[in-house]
Amino acid sequence: MSFVVDPALPARRGIGRALLADPMGLAGLVIVVTFVAMALLAPWIAPYDPIALDVKAKFLTPSAAHWAGTDHLGRDLLSRIIWGARLALGIAITSVGIAGVIGLVLGLVAGYGPRWLDSGLVLVFDSLSSLPMIFFALAVITVLGPGTLTLILVIVLVSFPAYARLIRTQTLTLAGADYILAERAMGARPGRIIFRHLLPNVVGPLVILICMDIPVVIMLEAGLSYLNLGVKPPSPSWGNILAEGYTSLRQAPHVVIVAGVPLVLATLGFTFLGEGLRDVLDPRGAGRRWA
Amino acid sequence: MGMTVVLEVQNLSVAYAMPGGALQAVRDVSLSVARGEVLGIMGESGCGKSTLAAAMINLLPPAARVGQGAVRLNGTDMLRLAPAAQRALRGRSVAMVFQDPMTAFNPVLTIGQQVADFVGAHDASLARPDRLAAMLDRVGIPDAARCLGRYPHELSGGMRQRVAIAAALLMQPDVLIADEPTTALDVTMEAQIIHLLRDLRTTFDGAIVIVTHHLGVIAELCDRVAVMYAGEVVEEGPVDAIFHDPQHPYTRALLACDPAVVDPASGRLPTIAGRLPDLTAPPPGCAFEPRCGMALAVCSQPVPRRVPAAGRSVLCHRGAE
Amino acid sequence: MLAYAIRRVGLSLLILIVVMTAMYGMVFLVPGDPASLALGPRATPELKEALRERMGLDQPILTQIFLFFGNVLQGDLGTDVWSKRPVLDQILEVFPNTLILGSVALGWALVLGVLLGCAAVVWRDTVVDRLLGVLSVSVISVPSFVIAIYALIVFAVWLNWLPAIGAGEAGDLGSQARALVLPAFALGLGWVGYLARLIRASMLEVMEAPHIRTARAFGMSERDIVFRHALRVAIVPTISVLAVGFGGILSSAVFVESVFSRPGIGTLITAAVEKRNYPVVMGTVLFMTAFYLMIVTAADLLIARLDPRVRDVLRG
Repeated sequence: MSFVVDPALPARRGIGRALLADPMGLAGLVIVVTFVAMALLAPWIAPYDPIALDVKAKFLTPSAAHWAGTDHLGRDLLSRIIWGARLALGIAITSVGIAGVIGLVLGLVAGYGPRWLDSGLVLVFDSLSSLPMIFFALAVITVLGPGTLTLILVIVLVSFPAYARLIRTQTLTLAGADYILAERAMGARPGRIIFRHLLPNVVGPLVILICMDIPVVIMLEAGLSYLNLGVKPPSPSWGNILAEGYTSLRQAPHVVIVAGVPLVLATLGFTFLGEGLRDVLDPRGAGRRWA
Repeated sequence: MGMTVVLEVQNLSVAYAMPGGALQAVRDVSLSVARGEVLGIMGESGCGKSTLAAAMINLLPPAARVGQGAVRLNGTDMLRLAPAAQRALRGRSVAMVFQDPMTAFNPVLTIGQQVADFVGAHDASLARPDRLAAMLDRVGIPDAARCLGRYPHELSGGMRQRVAIAAALLMQPDVLIADEPTTALDVTMEAQIIHLLRDLRTTFDGAIVIVTHHLGVIAELCDRVAVMYAGEVVEEGPVDAIFHDPQHPYTRALLACDPAVVDPASGRLPTIAGRLPDLTAPPPGCAFEPRCGMALAVCSQPVPRRVPAAGRSVLCHRGAE
Repeated sequence: MLAYAIRRVGLSLLILIVVMTAMYGMVFLVPGDPASLALGPRATPELKEALRERMGLDQPILTQIFLFFGNVLQGDLGTDVWSKRPVLDQILEVFPNTLILGSVALGWALVLGVLLGCAAVVWRDTVVDRLLGVLSVSVISVPSFVIAIYALIVFAVWLNWLPAIGAGEAGDLGSQARALVLPAFALGLGWVGYLARLIRASMLEVMEAPHIRTARAFGMSERDIVFRHALRVAIVPTISVLAVGFGGILSSAVFVESVFSRPGIGTLITAAVEKRNYPVVMGTVLFMTAFYLMIVTAADLLIARLDPRVRDVLRG
């Protein structure tokens, strides 16, 4: 009998250590941890109230009192950016989390369920992912009206098909693997196969994909908020800060410059971390850092 | 015989970097081949013959390292040359024909474009369509001019191997290396390619090195043969002499069996009981000792190279005493 | 080949119909009808009723959907609720701007991306390769509208080299070209990195192929091998990515057009979404989806042409 082992069963050791050894992954980790800390500790570390107006102090350039300066209403930009991290990460993690669960369930159903259901679901996934993302998002926003909840729904709708497709492909591949056939031959119930063998093996690639998607989602949130179609002002979304700064671009360019920094850093950080994670978790991609 | 040696491999060792240590694929191999001569290199798969062939044109895989030795082409050590100087020799002084004609050509370029690029790298005048067509004609390709406009997948495996040989010969190299030129072909195609190579013996004045595990190819085409085992040349000499009077037990095992007994369906070498030694830690003595029916106590000691007759050499303790 | 083309186009049409039905269905699933949403809470019942009639909302749902598809087939995407102009006219008026922007952005990104990807392969595993790797990942991840805003501050506001807004004077190609520089730069930059990465990965795979060893055995220079032999093979999978990428570029163009107040599909649909102008939004989404599906289908057919193996499989 050939020796067949589920690759996920032996514990994965040393993920952290491998990640720390990779300078890009490490940089990503540091940036991400910083932003997560900002998001969690916003009420305690933000020096001012992010939406408190102080019209006399408008358009102040960066100084000791206001490290990042103030905007057209005299609001402290650093505080708005810190609270903005809470908004950006909160929306991103909530929406990809929901999309991940939906994708996982639908992908497992499509990959391990009856064939007719599979072809139907695949058509749905393909239709959704064949749409130009932003236009689809804009259509949904028109119907539902802009706002945080709409934003989350839009992100879920545009992200889950890719997750479901990934899970489906993984499931189809795994369901034919020797160790699963062996389990089935020994009369294991579908539940045992799904939870003990399929889930642990498909979750890894899904986590990598989700991690790589977070910067895209952060960008989408900021972009739609920038267009006034996302988070409603005066909430300190990075996109809102950018949009407000844009209107006073010539008068006070520091607002826009400062507001772009967290967006650049956050998207870079999550991308670097995602790349690092993929190299560590997916040995097939190891050493092919660019692939 | 006073022939000019064109390719000389001297004390060459090649190892592959592996997780378990360096795999010594070629161990202290010395060989030479003269103009007008056909040398066969024979052995089981994994014996290092393809690595040796790749080393002869210095196109080893990235994981391979040359430990020591030289590959002299007309007296110049190819391994010591700058990359550009090596490229100038490849194709022009030493050409190679590979095992699998299915994958040896770029699928999205026509035969003509590729062959023109190959020879055009050295001499643009050779890349003219009429010269290319004339060469294809010489290796027996019907309607050669049209063949140039075809894509590789439109030709049969045998045709592609003919094109490969034609391209290799276009620049009249001093040495033609053919790495398992017939292995990937079916029996009829194989016979055609053997026939073509036999014709070449009279029309081509360079040296030919044929790497194969096919006894028939050696017997049909070669003047001399080197038998490789576990990275070493265990026996070398004229084909007739070695086929009629093998000195090394491994050669004897290969021929044991004499060509008549070789599996008529495949024509391939018979298998010998036992396995190749671990080449990450090769034994200090004879590598064939564990599988040898005639092993002596002394066989675990380093082996001397003997010269049983003029032009022959054998790596074995037996007969040395 | 023809059968294959018909199958591809058929699948695309099917997807398009599914999408449109779903979007239309969505309008009716949501509480509150489009007319009242468009007019806002303070509209009088008479106004609402008038608008409902104008939008055809007084008809049964199925009739509306059939009417919509029937009109679409006749090239009628509906009428703007506010300006009463045909939606298709408005789209066709600004679409060339977006198309030019997207093509120029993808064009310069492709040229530079292919060059950098090949450079990374020629100098693989050196400092050049690693540097290009980090740079590629960086430009991919930074949002294009942030790049657009920074580019606008530096080159239009501070240095005053290029115009900050608009698409240039009508009829004046020079001013149109100048207005195109910054948006196309911002839109294409991420794609430079993406394409460089893609070409490099695809190329490294090709460089392992036996036919590359053949070329090396003939003494071809590494540069000739990369550009004359490997690129031809490596570029084929890039084409389908480019097609999908064009969709992505048109999506990012929505933001970039907005930053530069550049007339185009993006500014058209953004304004329509803000005003809840249903016919314009739906018409634009339908138009862009159809356009995008057309590009992807065309790319599939182009791949079939470029790869002689695929071509013969299809023919046979």
